[in-house]
Amino acid sequence: MTQALSADVLVIGGGSTGVGVAWEATRRGLSVILAERSNLAGGTSGRFHGLLHSGGRYVVSDPRSASECAAENKALRSIAPQAIEDTGGLFVSLEGDDPAYAEGFPLACERAGVEAVAMSPAEARSAEPAVNPGIQAAFWVPDASVDVWRLLGILSAQAAEGGAKILEHHEVVSFEQEGQRVLGARLKDSATGETRWVSAQVVVNATGAWSGRVAAMAGCEVEILASRGVMVAFADRLSHLAINRCIRPSDGDIVVPIRTVSVIGTTDVAVADPDDTTVAPEEVAAMVAAADQLIPGAGSARTLRAWAGVRPLYRPPGGAGSGATRTVSRAHALVDHATQDGVEAFVTITGGKLTTLRLMAEEAVDLVVAKIGLPATPAFVEALEEKPARPAYFRLPDALAHRESVWGGDRDAVVCECEGVLRSDVVALVAAARGRIGIGDLRRSLRVGMGPCQGGFCSYRCAGLIAEAAQAAEAVTEDLVEFWKERFKGTATVSFGAQARQEILDRWLYASPLAPPGEPVALP
Amino acid sequence: MRDEVVASTDGCVKCTICEQACPVAAVTDLFPGPKYVGPQAERFRHGDSVDRSVEYCSGCGACSVVCPQGVAVAELNIRARAQIPRSRRETLRNLALGDTESVARLAGLVPGVANALLGNRAVRRVAQWLAGVHRLAPLPAFAPRRSVRSFWTKSPGEGVPVVYFPGCSTSWYEPWLGEMVVAVLERNGISAQIAAGRCCGLPAQSNGFFGLAARRVARIAKELGAPVAKGTPVLASSTSCALMLMSEAKDVLGIESDPVLRLAEATWDVSEFLLDLHRQGRLDQKGLSPISRRVYYHPPCQQRRHLSGRPALELLALIPGVEIIESTQYCCGIAGTYGLKAEKYEVAMEVGRGLFSEIADSSPEVVACDSETCRWQITHASGVPSVHPVELLYESYGLSGARRPLRQDAKRKSARR
Ligand SMILES: Cc1cc2nc3c(=O)[nH]c(=O)nc-3n(C[C@H](O)[C@H](O)[C@H](O)COP(=O)(O)OP(=O)(O)OC[C@H]3O[C@@H](n4cnc5c(N)ncnc54)[C@H](O)[C@@H]3O)c2cc1C
Repeated sequence: MTQALSADVLVIGGGSTGVGVAWEATRRGLSVILAERSNLAGGTSGRFHGLLHSGGRYVVSDPRSASECAAENKALRSIAPQAIEDTGGLFVSLEGDDPAYAEGFPLACERAGVEAVAMSPAEARSAEPAVNPGIQAAFWVPDASVDVWRLLGILSAQAAEGGAKILEHHEVVSFEQEGQRVLGARLKDSATGETRWVSAQVVVNATGAWSGRVAAMAGCEVEILASRGVMVAFADRLSHLAINRCIRPSDGDIVVPIRTVSVIGTTDVAVADPDDTTVAPEEVAAMVAAADQLIPGAGSARTLRAWAGVRPLYRPPGGAGSGATRTVSRAHALVDHATQDGVEAFVTITGGKLTTLRLMAEEAVDLVVAKIGLPATPAFVEALEEKPARPAYFRLPDALAHRESVWGGDRDAVVCECEGVLRSDVVALVAAARGRIGIGDLRRSLRVGMGPCQGGFCSYRCAGLIAEAAQAAEAVTEDLVEFWKERFKGTATVSFGAQARQEILDRWLYASPLAPPGEPVALP
Repeated sequence: MRDEVVASTDGCVKCTICEQACPVAAVTDLFPGPKYVGPQAERFRHGDSVDRSVEYCSGCGACSVVCPQGVAVAELNIRARAQIPRSRRETLRNLALGDTESVARLAGLVPGVANALLGNRAVRRVAQWLAGVHRLAPLPAFAPRRSVRSFWTKSPGEGVPVVYFPGCSTSWYEPWLGEMVVAVLERNGISAQIAAGRCCGLPAQSNGFFGLAARRVARIAKELGAPVAKGTPVLASSTSCALMLMSEAKDVLGIESDPVLRLAEATWDVSEFLLDLHRQGRLDQKGLSPISRRVYYHPPCQQRRHLSGRPALELLALIPGVEIIESTQYCCGIAGTYGLKAEKYEVAMEVGRGLFSEIADSSPEVVACDSETCRWQITHASGVPSVHPVELLYESYGLSGARRPLRQDAKRKSARR
């Protein structure tokens, strides 16, 4: 066992909630350790739909969520504009959709404090030429899209600057308790297999869909309805505005333009195991068909990947409800286990949305501060009033402009052709990590391998650049093989049409001209 | 609704076949290659244009022709080029090169003066400095008004009716070619009615003036509406005019109006039409008398985009005595007005280098090539006279009356460095 650590707060879970809590706690002067069993955004946050909700989706079904989203949408824009693209969005009702829903929509938005501007179908078509020309009603809303890796990267870097320790690949395996009080937890380093002990004044459980399991380790109860949602990414942007269907929340009702792709989602299926992120081919077909209704032509557009995320829907103890996951509130829950289970110094913050991460963090840290007995400190929004940030959202053409700025001769080279990543970008990141970096990390930070070819060409170039810096060819080869296994998992259900042709080329490159040395490793 | 050209990028599997085929990327680092500026860059385009490197695409279309997945690379690039923000000077230069009809109408009033000016080294230096047109670039000479008049007053002969669309180049620079086309058709029982001298819009399009280009095409579609409705074929001897009317009006400009679509259906490249006659057994093959001449045939990039094979080559093969050397090179570099521009002249000459040296090595007496701008470039760079394939048919039929002024080639030759 390596040396013990201690901090005011131990945050378990490196999703949007946990990183938000670590960021907020650091900002308020607490010392923080965050433990995440995989990498940041390795859970639901890295598998979400990408939408910074305007709130419009929930104005009828879940007004509290809607109001929170509307307020937090604004807050997140000023906290981390570089992780946000200010796309804007539309709510549209199609022929055959219940006209009463669209009629009631503006009033419901007004009540929930969600900004929505009615547009004529013609105006909506000119704002977004890709939208179904047969729309009956349309509203503009301040939707935006979020690059979650960038968002959590910004927040965790700011927290780290303030002294927080971010431990990726560290799983909490047990708690240390003294009587009815949690003293800390034991972490297992997945790289070395070693465990280390962390003591903390308060432990915050921010493990999303896993928070029931983690709470149980401390003898506490948190009931999570795990609800799986499937998303399908198209290889290109099909629209530049987010397009929501103006109906009650249902399957495949939103298309989000994020970075270079468009993502249709989602579904809502209760699952027993939060690690169950399987995707059925029928679900992919249903999503593609749903996208085609919002954007005619999407049905034959090239699909890139399909994946699923598991929502942590919180059900309060003794809570009513048939268990139909669509009807469970999307709002978050803060559980003080002292009052609920009689366990001191242990708090769970779960449910909610990525959009509401700041609010969730604020509430959780308020409770932590109270528990530690520190005087209350102002939360971020209050601090904001003093120092308004100037939004510098990222824009789709940024990467192209970046590449253009160095184009010509051999000043630089393009490593990832699909996403326009330069050799200098990769080299800088590899150097910063002192070679301790994998292709997967490059993917999350730079988007290498996320474009149409899914790494078919760039993964080898990245492997070469890492090997050059780290001089550990064997480990790099192993990493390359892992990368490919992971990539093909995500394309299994979308390998038809143009993507199938790509995959055949990718597999051939992998199996033949660019085959990693040694025994051939079979891919899924 | 998804745009068809943009949707075609779905097909790209990054195979780099287009990169291998691109004649511009092969010779300069200024151009990142068709895959990069095409399907790859397209995914990032939204709002203001940020990528200027696509400017160096010459629009030859090699990428679209070779793409095994049907990606409309060249079409994407033309559109992207049109979005690049430009200085006033650049816009003016491009307008001067893109609005060929207006320029020709003006200069055509005083062809002698225009030619004297354009042939003057000092003037050309000033023009390069002021207007960005390279001082050595092969600008065509305006035809004497007398020969222009002789072409326009040619009366259609007896026979099956067609419309001959002369475009700018035949109308103002090479009217004798128009006379030859009409005569060769007449010889084969086809009566060609000469359409008004109009620009097809392609130069405007490739210089980024889509609105002007669209108006040009629409006007032609309107003027030719009546014969097209009757099923009369429209023939063009300029490969760019044929390309514009056959496909680019829809594929690049996105015009889907009925008259334009019907015109597209009716349009033929003149060689393709003559070959079709031959296949129907209606071409007078017996009347072709021998010409013992060594001819180097180069199919221009634009002609390849007609996707009709190499009809001119098959026609030339019908002429007894002609020895044909077929080009193995893709592009002469000029690509319409690309190689005329000061910043691209050298690139264009470099692109054509393979072709020019192949021509030099095979020492032909004449080069046959379907596109006028390519002919001007080829003669400029190789010193070998160049003709439209129909000119050789005309000669072989023993027809007379129309004559290519000899001075022209000589003059162009002397413009070389
Ligand atoms: C299909 C789908 C679409 C969605 N779309 C949107 C959207 O468009 N907009 C939006 O705002 N919200 C969306 N959401 C909701 C949003 O994704 C989640 O609310 C949010 O990501 C939850 O973040 P979290 O940090 O609470 O959970 P997670 O991101 O799951 O983080 C929990 C972390 O805890 C870690 N962990 C678990 N056990 C342990 C342990 N023992 N030790 C250490 N670490 C552990 C996990 O690895 C995981 O990384 C969507 C959700 C789903 C399922």
